[in-house]
Amino acid sequence: MRRPTTSEVRRPATVLALLLVVVLVLPPLLSAYWIDVLTAVAIYSVVALSLNLLIGRVGLVSLGQIAVLALGAWVAAKLAFVSSIPFPLVLLIAGLITLVLGTLVGLPALRLSGLYLALITLMLAGAITVVLSTTNFPNGGPGFLSHTESSFGNPAVRRPDIASSDPAYFRFTVIVAALMFALALWHVRSRPGRAWAAIRQSEPAALAAGVNITLYKLWAWALASFMTGVAGGLLAGSVGKLYTYQFPTRDSIILLAVVLMGGIYSLWGAVVAGALMKLLPALLDDWGLPADLLIILFGVGVLQVLLTAPGGLAAQVPKDFARMGGGLSAVVRRRLAARAERAPTGTAPQEPAP
Amino acid sequence: MIEITDLTVRFGGVTPLDGMTVTFDIGTCGLIGPNGAGKTTFFNVLSGFVRPTQGSVRAFGDDLLAMPHYKRARWGLRRTFQTEQAIEELSVADNVALAHEHSRRGNRVSRRADVLDALEFVGLGVAPDVKVETLGARERRLVEIARAVVGSPRVVLLDEPAAGLPDEETEHLGRVIRGIPEYTGALAVLVDHDMSLVSACCEKTAVLDFGKLIAAGPTATVLRDENVVRAYLGTEPVEL
Repeated sequence: MRRPTTSEVRRPATVLALLLVVVLVLPPLLSAYWIDVLTAVAIYSVVALSLNLLIGRVGLVSLGQIAVLALGAWVAAKLAFVSSIPFPLVLLIAGLITLVLGTLVGLPALRLSGLYLALITLMLAGAITVVLSTTNFPNGGPGFLSHTESSFGNPAVRRPDIASSDPAYFRFTVIVAALMFALALWHVRSRPGRAWAAIRQSEPAALAAGVNITLYKLWAWALASFMTGVAGGLLAGSVGKLYTYQFPTRDSIILLAVVLMGGIYSLWGAVVAGALMKLLPALLDDWGLPADLLIILFGVGVLQVLLTAPGGLAAQVPKDFARMGGGLSAVVRRRLAARAERAPTGTAPQEPAP
Repeated sequence: MIEITDLTVRFGGVTPLDGMTVTFDIGTCGLIGPNGAGKTTFFNVLSGFVRPTQGSVRAFGDDLLAMPHYKRARWGLRRTFQTEQAIEELSVADNVALAHEHSRRGNRVSRRADVLDALEFVGLGVAPDVKVETLGARERRLVEIARAVVGSPRVVLLDEPAAGLPDEETEHLGRVIRGIPEYTGALAVLVDHDMSLVSACCEKTAVLDFGKLIAAGPTATVLRDENVVRAYLGTEPVEL
């Protein structure tokens, strides 16, 4: 076996430390409002992750992820109301059912790509939104499609027993999201990741290497749908009561914008995208700025990514920091050198070591 | 051994391959011809990218055209491309592992060792964990060849591997190509315009012109053939 290099040891350690800080240190410091916001960030970074994989790894554009999210939330809510299955199992089953449904949505991806695929998935998202707005979002009422408004208030989707409070549910969400990222990383690093990289660059080269293109495209679509379904289940538990307006079709377009801005070639880009989608509006609100500003900001952001930073924020920010660090250290070094010149009697210049 | 019988490809009014009948034996065989003669079309038929109008291809007793194209790699068919297609996003080792895990000897246990061995064979001289996007044209070609020889292939198709390489690098490439039959046990078919590379690597050579086979046999004889000289090499005698 090959011995892991230091960066291979250090990186997981950093991620683990970051995760511990988020799970253990953050919740007691934050108000209920910000915990809600961060729960949404965690959930939407999983949704962003699914799109990040589809676009960045396989080269498939979907504008229907929010509709898939609605399907996941719908299935999970129904399961939670009609059964007493433990909540993590509800998430898993909701993920698997969404996998099947989402893969059906993805079938056109085998024939189409680019603009046409984007358009078809957008239409499907629109269709799902139409169904939802005519029936209203199905909740605890009878049947798979029914929505009831009781005058005593509807019951909320239940949460896991160990995570019924908001801070505890936040921790639960972050851990499930981390598992989804681990699942994505495992895929990217192994056989499907290599096959996807080949497909994205050149389908003839992938075929010549023996990659079954149909299988691996469907696999990507299934994985993305599974993750989005799990995220939908988390969302159902987080908000408790689901309404149609939580899943507007235009959110799928905004999702594409933030995923591009976050960066599609790095899984970190999905975390950034989740924050852009859910934390930024909350911050604007907190600062008393109108939320419509976001559309303009995202427009400028996507333009900037397309023109100058194809790797998005996840690639650009570390580079900028490194450049800034390099610049600062050069300034400091120049200052020190200038001071040493002005005071030549201070310390003798060092002899080079023999 | 690959037996090609009456292979014809028609695109509308164009016939890039016209009743090609030839047999390639074990070893490295050359396939030459002027631009547009049908060499790459022939490779594309073998790879499954182009469906022939008629004809058959039997390779080691199997009907190659009956297999779905992605299964041909598992059967043992490999190729390199005229414009190299090393996957930029992946490391050198992952590029080769990609071909290994879809090959007929693709077991996980020996993967790392087989991949490193193939890289050693092509003489890449670059650390296996380096990403391909940082490499130059010569290294990318060698990565592509490593991908074509890993995991015991039966047929290796090389489409102008020397295109765009300077002479001293073509020499190294020639040594690698000559070693392929012994290293893999495969039959290799080399398409190139570099006649010294073809005559250095191939005992036998076939010549295509306007989709028709105009000569086949020992390389030295073929290159002196009157029709070949007229069609392709010009009327001046060839210096080998």
